[in-house]
Amino acid sequence: MKIGVVTFPGTLDDRDAMRAVRLAGAEPVSLWHADKDLKKVDAVVLPGGFSFGDYLRCGAIAAQAPIMQKVIDAANGGLPVLGICNGFQVLVESHLLPGGLIRNEHQHFVCRDQKLIVENNQTAWTNQFSVGQEITIPLKNGEGGYIADKETLKRLEGEDLIVFRYSEVNPNGSINNIAGLRNERGNVVGLMPHPEHAVEPGFGPDTNVAMRSGVDGLQFFKSVINQVVNA
Amino acid sequence: MPKADLLDPAGKAVANALQRKGHKAIANARIGKRIELHYTSTPTEQDLAEAKQIAADFLSNGVIEDVVSVTVEN
Repeated sequence: MKIGVVTFPGTLDDRDAMRAVRLAGAEPVSLWHADKDLKKVDAVVLPGGFSFGDYLRCGAIAAQAPIMQKVIDAANGGLPVLGICNGFQVLVESHLLPGGLIRNEHQHFVCRDQKLIVENNQTAWTNQFSVGQEITIPLKNGEGGYIADKETLKRLEGEDLIVFRYSEVNPNGSINNIAGLRNERGNVVGLMPHPEHAVEPGFGPDTNVAMRSGVDGLQFFKSVINQVVNA
Repeated sequence: MPKADLLDPAGKAVANALQRKGHKAIANARIGKRIELHYTSTPTEQDLAEAKQIAADFLSNGVIEDVVSVTVEN
């Protein structure tokens, strides 16, 4: 089981994503933005960071990178793709997911351990969760305000395409507390918070049990392994 | 320009600062982008049509912003 992690110029969390893949039990494969093949990976992670300096719009230039043409084709063919933070922005700019992400309502960068409600577990990346489950993973963004026009929003709600909602606090002004989405097929998931930062005891969010013991993020990667193995 | 019904946090910050400076008549400010494309020779009608397409497809994101105008300038 190989999971590709794409590095664009300006990506920050590729190493953490690769580490998360390894801890979940799969083999991480590094993919470069200028690559023209996916090296036979079974899934792809678009990690967080500031690809191409967030120039033009967050994720807009990365969406035009050679590797993304391959990722888009493969995603349309059913390959599991997870976009985290800047990776979510890249998915939106690639039109693999609808809507857009704008500067946080309160205009500040936010970094916190964020509670989320799992709204949908019929995806390649959330099948190890139960619907309604509350999880906590770190959130860190400046442009994480999710928006969509009324028609799109109606479709997202009506077709059950919202995968995560912010719980207790809406950290960035996202409409309907949307933290993450999926495509119709469920192979593509994008979210602003960072599962790859909550995969190892001692380095995750605090829990009721112990400080920094939260590993809710690991289930994202175990989900895709489960999906591919049982496919 | 950011869409009219969309919150523009940067514009709001500017508007707040203007009001603090005493410009009470200014209710709001919105911040957009100007992007210049420099051509090797005088752009043709076809170049302009192509630039409009580029503006719609890549330079702007229709979900969050509108292209206000695409013009040839010297």
